[in-house]
Amino acid sequence: MTDTIKIQKPHSQWHDVWAQFRQHKGAMAALVLLLTLVVFVVIGPLVWRIDPNFIEPNTVKMFKMRNLPPSLADPMGTDQLGRDMLARMMFGGRISLAVGLVAMLVAVCIGTTIGVLAGFFSRIDGLLMRLTDLFLALPLLPLLLVMVMLFSESVATVLGPRLGTFLLIVLAIGVTSWMQAARVVRGEVLALKEREFVLAARSIGAPNRRIILRHILPNVLSPVLVAATLGIAAAIITESVLSFLGLGFPPDFPTWGRLLYDGIDAIRTYPERVVWPGLAISLTVLSVNYIGDGLRDALDPRVRGR
Amino acid sequence: MLTFTIRRLLTAIPTLLLISLVIFLLVDFAPGSPMSDIPLTVPPEIRRKMIEAMGADQPVMVRYVLWLKQFFIVEPQYMFDAMFGTNFADGAQRIISWQSKVPVFQIIGQRLPQTLTVVGTAYAIGVLIALPIGIYSAYRQYSWFDQAGTFFAMAGFSVPTFFTGNLLILIFSVKLGWFPTIFDTNLQVTDWASFYKMVMQMALPVTVLALFNAAEISRYTRSSMLENLGQDYVRTARAKGLTERVVVLKHVLRNSLIPVVTVIALGLPTVFGGAIVTEQIFKINGIGAALIGAIHVSDLPTVQTITFIFAVLIVGFNLIADILYGMLDPRIRYD
Repeated sequence: MTDTIKIQKPHSQWHDVWAQFRQHKGAMAALVLLLTLVVFVVIGPLVWRIDPNFIEPNTVKMFKMRNLPPSLADPMGTDQLGRDMLARMMFGGRISLAVGLVAMLVAVCIGTTIGVLAGFFSRIDGLLMRLTDLFLALPLLPLLLVMVMLFSESVATVLGPRLGTFLLIVLAIGVTSWMQAARVVRGEVLALKEREFVLAARSIGAPNRRIILRHILPNVLSPVLVAATLGIAAAIITESVLSFLGLGFPPDFPTWGRLLYDGIDAIRTYPERVVWPGLAISLTVLSVNYIGDGLRDALDPRVRGR
Repeated sequence: MLTFTIRRLLTAIPTLLLISLVIFLLVDFAPGSPMSDIPLTVPPEIRRKMIEAMGADQPVMVRYVLWLKQFFIVEPQYMFDAMFGTNFADGAQRIISWQSKVPVFQIIGQRLPQTLTVVGTAYAIGVLIALPIGIYSAYRQYSWFDQAGTFFAMAGFSVPTFFTGNLLILIFSVKLGWFPTIFDTNLQVTDWASFYKMVMQMALPVTVLALFNAAEISRYTRSSMLENLGQDYVRTARAKGLTERVVVLKHVLRNSLIPVVTVIALGLPTVFGGAIVTEQIFKINGIGAALIGAIHVSDLPTVQTITFIFAVLIVGFNLIADILYGMLDPRIRYD
């Protein structure tokens, strides 16, 4: 009799993470939903080739094209200037998602740098954490509003209205939302730097730079990943709040928040112009938050494998 | 505990000073100043006089220190005078809004009651909704109620308030016509009829804010309850033969509320920030609306003062949360 021992194929840690992630039903549903939304805004414009900023130059024709109800030519109708709403939704979604991604990258870069430095070098720990506390005590929404309001004109004259507004808003959101990531990373680094593998690296003469880049950073990847996911959601919300208060993107370069803001004036007669962008923002943020939740569970080795 | 409180109070002062400097400089160094809004047709000497009258020709540091003095010394004096009929202020220069040429604190005094009624009611209701949901979700972990509660909380902080607000207006004001869409600030509550009106106009904004707050607090309550339900003292209480009701609502709940209370205190200043958006949706003439209005016309003293008041609120409630935590939890010893 021969024992047939099934030898499991060796697989990477990410395989386990993915297996655990699939257990989380909400996160899987959210992932599917988010991918659908991403396909809608990224692939959509390649199929639906109407210029979102096209306004009929002939005035009589333009007036005939205003505020049309949904039809085959314009599945979501047209707005008060006769622009196709479906095309505008796709275009706005691209910018909303881009703002979320880039602002998150800015925030995570600042947060991880400060967190690693504070955790690794105890000499500057106190100073950096004081800075973090200071930022946490700032009234962020009013300051964001002030920054965007006061700097938007001068930035727009240097970089052009589109790129200028984009960079200003992305940087403003990034600079005001790195604190959570920094705190989490610092906590992890404080624990990691006492571990044996760091001692081993140090004893073979690795310089601090190498220890941080090769040994510490890969190990703080999980909390950073979770913070990054949740950061995208927060950044999209913040941008849409700015747009809603009239301090966001210009109307020819709309985000979902800006589209919603533009729809408010006609909410009684054309409620769908508020509902569609609002729904898009809510679903995106909801699915990103759910994915973050699932990732947190999947990346936590105490939960994984249970 | 007393030494901790005093030490904590003392460290709050440099924090506040630093924040005030950051706010002042950020607003001041911005290129879009009100001076650029003076029409070019105004002759240079008159332009100079206008700037002088606003006090904007002084160096930054002089204006900063003057503003600090006005904020921390002159304005409290005026407040004291108004309350007790004394004359400490003696006509000292107050912080004047460039837009309306009245003292900024007078504007804040007019706007604050509206914000406080709406925000205060919403926060209280939010907490009252959140606690039972959190408690029951934890008690029946992974039940359908818990799943629904999780979804409710996720939706609560994912759906932006300006969307829920407008959706509620659309459904309940436009379609059903139950509630007014615009908040009437002049309404005085004198009798039952006006009280009913007040309740009706507060219903929608309070709902929006309360749902948003309840989402976060219910999560904290749930996780704190879960942590305590697994403790040894719960088993002891059950072994003694206490009823489930007493075990959960007396033993577990009391211990679970310690972190929740601090979260509630920490959340209050953020609610004031969130009220900026809600005030915009329902056209409430509150302090957030004043801030937005001042930002749009570059009324620097008003913007600086209101923003700094928000900062004072945040630092103050952080302090309160820390002290509350130490008082409620005997295991925490700061010294």
